[in-house]
Amino acid sequence: MRFLRLLPVLLLMLMASSSALAQSPTYGVGRTPTAEEIRAWDISISPTGEELPPGRGTPVEGALVYQRKRCGGCHGPEGEGARADRLVKRDGGSDADPWAWGRVLPIRAPYATVVWDYINRGMPLNREGTLTADEVYALTAYLLYINDVIAEDEVLDAQSLPQIEMPNRDTFARVPDWEPGMPRLLGYPY
Amino acid sequence: MGSKRPNRRGFLKGGAALAGGLTLGAVEPVRGQTPRSEALDFIKGSDELIAYGERSRFVTSVRIAHPPGSRPSPDEFGLVFHVAAPLQDSVGVITPSSLHFVGTTRGSFIPDIDPREHRLMIHGMVDRPLTFTMEELKRLPSVTRTHFIECAGNSSRPDRRTAQETHGMTSCAEWTGVPLSVLLEEAGVKDGAPWIVCEGTEEVKGSSSIPMAKAMEDCLVAYGMNGEALRPQQGFPLRLMVPGFEGIFHTKYLRRIKVVDRYYMTYNDYGHLTQDSDAAALGYQIGPKSVITFPSGGQELPGRGFYEISGLAWSGGGAIRRVEVSTDGGRNWSDAEIKGTAYRMAHTRFGFSWNWDGTETELRSRCTDELGQVQPSRAQVAEFFEVPLGPSFRVPGRDNSIQPWRVASDGSVHNAIS
Repeated sequence: MRFLRLLPVLLLMLMASSSALAQSPTYGVGRTPTAEEIRAWDISISPTGEELPPGRGTPVEGALVYQRKRCGGCHGPEGEGARADRLVKRDGGSDADPWAWGRVLPIRAPYATVVWDYINRGMPLNREGTLTADEVYALTAYLLYINDVIAEDEVLDAQSLPQIEMPNRDTFARVPDWEPGMPRLLGYPY
Repeated sequence: MGSKRPNRRGFLKGGAALAGGLTLGAVEPVRGQTPRSEALDFIKGSDELIAYGERSRFVTSVRIAHPPGSRPSPDEFGLVFHVAAPLQDSVGVITPSSLHFVGTTRGSFIPDIDPREHRLMIHGMVDRPLTFTMEELKRLPSVTRTHFIECAGNSSRPDRRTAQETHGMTSCAEWTGVPLSVLLEEAGVKDGAPWIVCEGTEEVKGSSSIPMAKAMEDCLVAYGMNGEALRPQQGFPLRLMVPGFEGIFHTKYLRRIKVVDRYYMTYNDYGHLTQDSDAAALGYQIGPKSVITFPSGGQELPGRGFYEISGLAWSGGGAIRRVEVSTDGGRNWSDAEIKGTAYRMAHTRFGFSWNWDGTETELRSRCTDELGQVQPSRAQVAEFFEVPLGPSFRVPGRDNSIQPWRVASDGSVHNAIS
């Protein structure tokens, strides 16, 4: 009987030790990348901005980069009216509801880090990865400025960019905490 | 011998006229039983045909741009350019690799990757960051599983005519690769790391946030598809499979997995943002869904009589447990036959015997998955959310609603969504 009462504890101990075992490599296949290799590949940017590289940029500098890199060729000289996605919010929406401004990256994104990340990884088309960190900060600043998120004299860098309070910061719904065997939505029969 | 030729031609002509090539089983096996080689046409042999075979010139089923009428390839501006699979011509559950739907941000611009140069890096909140070559990945224990992938935009509308236009942004293939859990355990995930972000080599680079629970449950780092290497349009040489989650999670050209401490709100994540938590939940894991592929919109029945209604059912919640068919617009429902094994998160073929009396009617199918989730009609969803039903009604999250097909008395089949 005493053993039976201890059984759950023993089982827990067993499970703990087996999960500890699972943490050591089983196959020994693969190579350890150097810190430099990881730095070169890791372009993910957290909402906290922890991976942001050194650099800085202002809206005025960003306007010049926008011209120099011919962003307007696809996005329009003022960020609208061309073949690629518009970059400036639509008029007519209430200032209180950012969702009325359209699905425009620099205004819909809940964190300024998303804007930085997208420009850094995706632009300019066919020349991705050619922008310097300063240029990405400057373009981000310019796009946030023309969407009335930051002032004309604001300087964006690794410290200030994650601090920007985006209009959409708290208005999007969280995705559910997924677990195996979970229905899509509790209480929803379909 | 030559006198037998007209017989054979007459036989072929009769067969084609009978069903437009749709119901070969119904062709009477009277003539043409003995081999008569001098009467046959031959396909001219070639090195190409020996090396990598091709289908009959009489089989012309092809993919189309999606949505219908969208701009043709190549699209050089990074706008969404998708390609839909011809589900109306499908048999069984496997979509041939050449006909598998394609979702991309770059249309015809596909990374051309030398697999000898390709690497997969796993890093972030792990004990041992690791880099794998393709050769190394293939040394690890593999699994082979059948799974569908469905694009978030796969929704039917009144103006879409065929099953390809209404449902062609889903496909199903046999995928081979290494369970992601094997790779993550090899790297040693640190306690409490709740998310991963995955990245490919194309310009937006995938990079959706994926919950660790899903990563450890059944995700797959796949290099094989339908018995051969992945196609470039499917992420050659390596892609992530996230069974049952919407297509955008299935990162192509996979090169980096970072274990992270929070939802990363990447571009892909952001693009699917919504204000409504119900819609967010319903847009995450794909719901139970089915479609009748024969008879379906744009096809024609040659006349009254027997037909096996055939279709596909799938769910992101697991295996399909039940498929029902209605041949009277939803008044009466009967169980369809599930053909073969219903795999988890895989297209499942169903069939239903039907004698058409030649009068106008409406065909529907609905499925139930292993979680008990039932495919709804558009009306049921509208009623649940207490919103008006009309042609412009959009099912919240991913559209998994019942597809009605109207069979007119002349045998033509039409989309009956209204």
